[in-house]
Parts: sequence; C-alpha cells; structure tokens
Amino acid sequence: MPHDHSDDHSHMSDIDARVRALESLLSEKGYIDSAAVDEIVQTYETQIGPQNGAHVVAKAWTDPVFRDWLAADATAAIHSLGYTSRQGEHMEAVFNDADTHHLVVCTLCSCYPWSVLGLPPVWYKSPPFRSRAVIDPRGVLAEFGLTLPDHVAVQVHDSTAEIRYLVIPQRPLGSEGMDEASLRRLVTRNAMIGTGLALSPEATS
Amino acid sequence: MTMRLTDLPGITLQDDEPVFAEPWEAQAFALIVHLHERGAFTWAEWADALSSEIHGGQTLAYYQHWLKALETLVAAKGLTSASALTARKQDWLDAAARTPHGQPITL
Repeated sequence: MPHDHSDDHSHMSDIDARVRALESLLSEKGYIDSAAVDEIVQTYETQIGPQNGAHVVAKAWTDPVFRDWLAADATAAIHSLGYTSRQGEHMEAVFNDADTHHLVVCTLCSCYPWSVLGLPPVWYKSPPFRSRAVIDPRGVLAEFGLTLPDHVAVQVHDSTAEIRYLVIPQRPLGSEGMDEASLRRLVTRNAMIGTGLALSPEATS
Repeated sequence: MTMRLTDLPGITLQDDEPVFAEPWEAQAFALIVHLHERGAFTWAEWADALSSEIHGGQTLAYYQHWLKALETLVAAKGLTSASALTARKQDWLDAAARTPHGQPITL
C-alpha cells in the first residue's frame, strides 16, 4: 500500500493492545471463538436497536391482547416478536398514562434492555444521569426538554442485572388512524427510556 | 453544585450516536457477551464486576471501565492471569513497533 512514510512502523494504542491481549490469550486457550465475537459486534451494530422496541410499542398500541400479555409477562410477549435477550434477564413493561410517567435508570452500572433498544446512549451511562435520575427526576427530564404537568407523578425504575424495563409511552393524539408500521416511526429511543414522549404524527410527516 | 447532563462534553441528549466510538470498544463489549454465552460467568457476576469497577473511585470513559472489569473478571475466574495479560499486551506493542505501517500486525 503506498504511504508517505513507508518506513514508519505501525502504531497501536495501549488500550488496543490490552484488548488484543485478552482476545489472543482467551482464543489460544479455547475460551472464545473469534468468529463468534465478530458476529456479535456485527449484530449489535446493525440488527439490534431501538427499532425493535418501537415494534413492541406500536403493537401494544394497536393490539389489546398483546398489550395485556405485555403487561402480564413482558419477557414472553417480547420474545414472541423475535426479540430475545442473550443475557436471560426478565423484561418488565411499564405503561405511561395520564397520571404517571415512567423513567428508567441503572444506578449501579448501566443495565439496559439491549434486546429491544440496542446499546445504551452515552448519557444513560454517565454518572450525572445515574445519580440524579433518582434524586431529581423532574430536573433531569427538564434537561431533556420534557416538562410534565404537576399532577403527573414520575416513577423511577432502577434496572438490575435481572430485570430491565421498557417504557410504553402514551399513544400520541392524532395517531388514531395510523397502522402499526407507521406508528413505529413515532416511537423514539428516549420515549422508551422515559426521557421523552412519543412523537406527534405532525412531527414525522 | 450538581452537574447538569448538558455540561458533559460530547454528549447529545437527543441525537442518535454511533453504537461504538472505536473498534476496541466493540471488541471488549462482544468478548463479554460471548464469554457469558459460553458460561464463563453469570450475568449477575458481570454486573457486579462492572459496578465495582465503576464505583471504584476512578472516573474513566464507560468502555474503559468495561475493559478493566473484563480483565479483572477473567483473572478472577482463572481464565488467564493479570501477569499473562500484561506480558501479552507488551508482545502486541512490540509487534506493532516492528510492523511497517499498513501491514497487518501479528505476534
């Protein structure tokens, strides 16, 4: 490959070398299969993301039987759509309504419903969000541009390694005639964490 | 004074962001998922390891915590040792130093 400094040696960062050390040692001992590791990266980069959760929410908005199932056994209901957790944790769906708004956090580390939302955004993993979401949820929501009426209670759910939460936002006004496929586009990642609301149909048209 | 989320450098609260900022983050992430699937540890054990690392008093970027917790857990589980990891890391740095730019780095 032509290069201006063809006699230059390669540069590897310390952190890159640490990851390569882990991979090469564990692979030599048979603890990992490098091809399977690459496949996991690919899957999380391309196939698993908030579009999965949006599917769950849109179906809950349009199918009362599914909604009841989701409320009773979210793990099984979500699994029925083909989204399975590789970590085996239980899912719980929490439903926003006129009186209650749900917000999800993980104060310990950053447990997150990967199977339906993909990997967590940077802010979800940040110490200020992890600590302040519990102490001052309304203040945190305001920073996301979400100011709720005083009569709406904010309920904060702390995720664990065993239980992950998916917020089912309220179906927006004006979306009555929309089918499930169009409704999915109204469901944002933040709405399913509770730091936002579902979009109004005008916002996406 | 409490820190506002919006004061954090490089954080956007609304916009989508790439899943992984750098390739090593993706590799470190996938190693944990894969080792767990192979039964090397339970997910609760991993959550404990990551939580201890995050709350260990050092403030690092998230995936740096992730990598340190991964190194600690595989050593604790006897899959490898801290000294083997350190030695192998140096092997990789040496290999990079003797590999001409643009060529694949091998041990």
